[in-house]
Amino acid sequence: MTAVAEQAPTFDCRADFADELAALARADERVVAVCNDSVGSSNLVKFREEFPDRLINVGIAEQDMVGVAAGLANAGFIPFASAAAPFLTGRALEQIKADVAYSERHVVLCGQSPGMAYGELGPTHHSIEDISWMRAVPGLRIVVPADPRQTRDAVRWAAECGRPSYIRIPRFKVPEVTPADAPFREGRAVRLRDGGDVTLIAIGTMVSRVLQAAELLAADGVAARVVNMTFVEPLDVAEVVAAAEETGTIVTAEEGLVSGGLGAAVAKVVAEHRPVPVRMLGVPAFAPTGSTAFLLDHFGLNATGIAAAAREALGRA
Amino acid sequence: MTAVQTPLRVDEAVAAAYLDKSARLRAATPEQAAPELAEIATGIRRDVLTTIQAARMGHVGGDLSVTDLLVTAMWGTLRLDPRDPSDPQRDRFVLSKGHCAAALYATLASCGFFPRERLTDFMAPLSPLNGHPNRVKVPGVETNTGPLGHGFPVATGCALGAKLRGEDWRTIVVLGDGELQEGSNWEAAMTAAHHGLGNLTAVVDRNRLQQGARTEDTKALEPLDAKWASFGWETRVIDGHDHAAIKQALEPSTTGRPVAVVANTIKGKGVSFMEDRVEWHHKVPTDEQVRLALVELAG
Repeated sequence: MTAVAEQAPTFDCRADFADELAALARADERVVAVCNDSVGSSNLVKFREEFPDRLINVGIAEQDMVGVAAGLANAGFIPFASAAAPFLTGRALEQIKADVAYSERHVVLCGQSPGMAYGELGPTHHSIEDISWMRAVPGLRIVVPADPRQTRDAVRWAAECGRPSYIRIPRFKVPEVTPADAPFREGRAVRLRDGGDVTLIAIGTMVSRVLQAAELLAADGVAARVVNMTFVEPLDVAEVVAAAEETGTIVTAEEGLVSGGLGAAVAKVVAEHRPVPVRMLGVPAFAPTGSTAFLLDHFGLNATGIAAAAREALGRA
Repeated sequence: MTAVQTPLRVDEAVAAAYLDKSARLRAATPEQAAPELAEIATGIRRDVLTTIQAARMGHVGGDLSVTDLLVTAMWGTLRLDPRDPSDPQRDRFVLSKGHCAAALYATLASCGFFPRERLTDFMAPLSPLNGHPNRVKVPGVETNTGPLGHGFPVATGCALGAKLRGEDWRTIVVLGDGELQEGSNWEAAMTAAHHGLGNLTAVVDRNRLQQGARTEDTKALEPLDAKWASFGWETRVIDGHDHAAIKQALEPSTTGRPVAVVANTIKGKGVSFMEDRVEWHHKVPTDEQVRLALVELAG
């Protein structure tokens, strides 16, 4: 069972992304990075110093960035195309569809600072839609690491998997939540806590928060199971069905748009396999101004909000 | 699996003949190669017409304007091997104006990438010969195109990859002129110039017509050669139906900068009643019109 201490150290996962990418580049000369003037925000300054020829900065041009990455894959490279998630997935959506996914090119799309990481900058710079958009692209794998360990695992997995993928890399600081012995496998969730009354399913920045919510629920006598789904595509169907069958109630939590995201993916499985009540937490609309922490609280995406939603779903509000 | 679904495989005999003849045409002077390239192009135009006749769909006007560019690139310029279409050292050819798939397929078949008889499967249910090219299903296709403004950035990535590897293979991308209204092309033009991609040639099929009107009445492109030059490209303006001129223009960069070829063409070229007429963008000819067209193309 994993618990998160209130004062556990927290991390910006971009550093782990960059370190792991540099390690991969040292081991495999096919690994290159492509970015859109985001050398700093993608944390690629050290990568550029070590591999000046293998950091291709196309300037502020996301469509070109993804097309060029697909061309580099054609030439035998393994390109990591890295940019702020809203611009990567929004501006270059058709390139992601046609040049990468439909063309079956092994390009790793790296969405930096997703969700409401750029809180005060407003909805133009928020990336609450990215998971919904990427889910709508056939053949694209979607992984949302929850902590530094999973970020490193995701980068290694993406380089090896041979197929197009989208990694959503947290910027809002998160604690380590993944046990050292937990395997990282495509399409497999990580069960962090057992319980029989309700299952809390989360991704990314929400995983540590549902763990905290589980502590609050335990104090009320509610045994919550906690699942870090990790892969939105392919989804761990068996883990979702087990949650429905064994706990009877599911709450999902994501730092993103409710429509079309993790919750929708879980609800589809539940509806088809084992209908039970599902409560979906996330961002319902364009967000107001505020820091990331403020906005997460504003939308009830914190321990108390998640615990309250679980009690409500259980009829114990 | 029906015959239409059968995967496309190399036509060994045609490929062997192609390898011999294309090697000779590549080595020949433009003037020496031109008559044979013209003869091949006439065959491609005939195949385009019968392919579209069978499918009852297609983009005949642009197919006929781009034919001479396709033939000269694939038969007279690039090193391609239909027996080994994934050879890492192959030259890359990208048709960014993917709606002219019929002309691309006819040219690929002429090289032996797949049997010419399969052209009758164009756009048939479950056929690998989709209305727009799919690299997974059609040997010789480098990237899936169709939405405009995609092939050029991908080709830029290919050329950049060759340069990073220190390899000497080339990339040629053929663009529609109306396609240049898509901004992504100009992003790629800047990237290629910035990186000094002398191994990249972008050819514009300048037929001056887009789907519904003339380019200059829709959103003007002129002065087009000056646009390319101002973006840092070595620019060559030619008659896009003159095979010697095309072959000369497809010669590698002499400056280390990427090369833009503005190929002035005629939409519907070779069929008098289609030439330079906007309605033939994707109008489908009747059987009688195909018969008349084939008579004209018989010379």
